[in-house]
Amino acid sequence: MSPARFGHALHAEWVKLRSLQSTWYTLACLFAVGLGVAAMATGRAGDEYRSASAAELLAWDPTARSLTAYLVAQLVIGVLGTLVVTSEYATGLVRTSLVVTPRRHRLLAAKVVVTTAVAVVAGQVLMFATFLLGQALLAAQDVPHAELGGPGVLSAVVGGGLYLAAIALFAIGLGTILRATAGAITTLVGVVFLVPALAGLFPAWFQGLLDFWPTQGAAAVFATVPNPAYPHPWLNLGGMCLGVAAVLGAAFVVFERRDV
Amino acid sequence: MTMIEVRGLTKRYGLDTVVDDLSFTVEAGQVTGFLGPNGAGKSTTMKVILGLAAPTRGAVSVGGRRYRDLPVPLTEVGALLDAGAVHGGRKARDHLLALAVGNGLPRRRVDEVLARTGLEGVAHKRAGAFSLGMRQRLGIAAALLGDPKVLIFDEPVNGLDPEGIRWIRDFMRSLAHEGRAVLVSSHLMSEMAQTADHLVVIGRGKLIADTGMTEFLRGRGEGVVLVRTPEAAAFALRLTAAGAAVREGPDSSLVVSGLASEEIGKLAAYHGTVLGELTPQRPSLEDAFMELTRDSVEYQGVTA
Ligand SMILES: Nc1ncnc2c1ncn2[C@@H]1O[C@H](COP(=O)(O)OP(=O)(O)OP(=O)(O)O)[C@@H](O)[C@H]1O
Ligand SMILES: [Mg+2]
Repeated sequence: MSPARFGHALHAEWVKLRSLQSTWYTLACLFAVGLGVAAMATGRAGDEYRSASAAELLAWDPTARSLTAYLVAQLVIGVLGTLVVTSEYATGLVRTSLVVTPRRHRLLAAKVVVTTAVAVVAGQVLMFATFLLGQALLAAQDVPHAELGGPGVLSAVVGGGLYLAAIALFAIGLGTILRATAGAITTLVGVVFLVPALAGLFPAWFQGLLDFWPTQGAAAVFATVPNPAYPHPWLNLGGMCLGVAAVLGAAFVVFERRDV
Repeated sequence: MTMIEVRGLTKRYGLDTVVDDLSFTVEAGQVTGFLGPNGAGKSTTMKVILGLAAPTRGAVSVGGRRYRDLPVPLTEVGALLDAGAVHGGRKARDHLLALAVGNGLPRRRVDEVLARTGLEGVAHKRAGAFSLGMRQRLGIAAALLGDPKVLIFDEPVNGLDPEGIRWIRDFMRSLAHEGRAVLVSSHLMSEMAQTADHLVVIGRGKLIADTGMTEFLRGRGEGVVLVRTPEAAAFALRLTAAGAAVREGPDSSLVVSGLASEEIGKLAAYHGTVLGELTPQRPSLEDAFMELTRDSVEYQGVTA
């Protein structure tokens, strides 16, 4: 028998993920919610456009409008990432998994890689789909709309898909550190919604971090009309990815050390 | 052959010493019963053996190596710690398939262990719909995937009906017959007496006994014999004359000590005494176990 390798652990995680109906339900939910929000965000844009002020017309960003679905989609994809780890803690299956793959970094890395693959594909497909749906609805109302070849459009759509994948990884990290679904999802909601909502209350040093925060600075990547506050949106997204990497790093450390 | 070796194992949780300088071995070809009252540290010891919990001191090896250094763990060790440890939404077959591919085992092993545990018919059912007995079987199927030389079961008969208990007991015996080392924990002595060849008894994390089953049973002192005969008074005199101690038992029976049942039978035959009953009475195994662990149970009930 040849020694068990990383590829085996990857294969096992893929079998686990695809053999749960909840995976497919969550993905279906992701698309239903994403496309639904995109339709709502663009469906009435015609009236809005015609009654808009000059300043509002200047900031008119059909791409960002069709991608606002990210707001809700990040939660759904976060649930998917969380469950990859916390569902195993809830049942005790994590022990069985570690009996099969006692090298803990290998097991967690396999979960991260498989989830990344699924989240990158789902995130990209979702962002392209919401973009196309949103633009079609805008075109039907005869208001200015965007095309994939337009300036900054592809960057926003692809960047948006990566943003969602990064949130899924963040959720895996939270799930591993907190070991409970409810705790991890509550924390995720706090990070992506509560902190930005309370942004004004934080001390000055923290404001700098908000430039790289989900739903805040890191979400600048969704825009095609330049925002003077975030001249280089990919830097802001990169900063968020570094933060996610730090959380994942902590997850690897505690997963290695703790008894299960 | 020594398959599991536990050497000076100590495990602390905070200030609690849960396993205290414990040493024992598990040999191939026999069932080793791992016995102790609730909270004695059995599950903790098994977790350390499987690398799930880190020892505070001491070392544990499986087939001469640390568990995490085994190149293909499932081919060396199969374990069932908790039958509930399956995702209820996953089909039995997919559950086993995920475990098998994780060690690069061929897919046909999944069908083989499903057949061996009698689960072929429910392979495509979700584990959440399984009864406790079926979950135990699924857990055992998982443990057998890699055809391992060592098997570890934590309280496998807990909550099972008599048929399920019988099945698991016979199954463990057959695994040992095939030359595997089987370590099985329980807090029921009577259960172990019917399954185990060797006993490791712990209490409060300390080793209390490490002995063969037959030695353990023999060492529990002489038994008494229950005798029933229409000529009780006369036969009692003859027994006393032969050197036995006799007292009256329930329903005008005689409780005889100091003579084996065979000798009592011979005596009756010699005197032409009709015997209605001749039953060796062993002190119950449970009594022996409680005697052994009396000082080490965690929470002692107060007897009124
Ligand atoms: N993760 C943990 N943190 C703190 N204490 C623990 C932990 N795991 C076990 N213990 C304690 O260790 C002691 C031994 O527990 P263990 O589960 O090993 O006993 P056991 O012999 O398997 O008992 P049982 O027959 O009830 O299953 C118990 O007092 C338990 O409370
Ligand atoms: Mg236990």
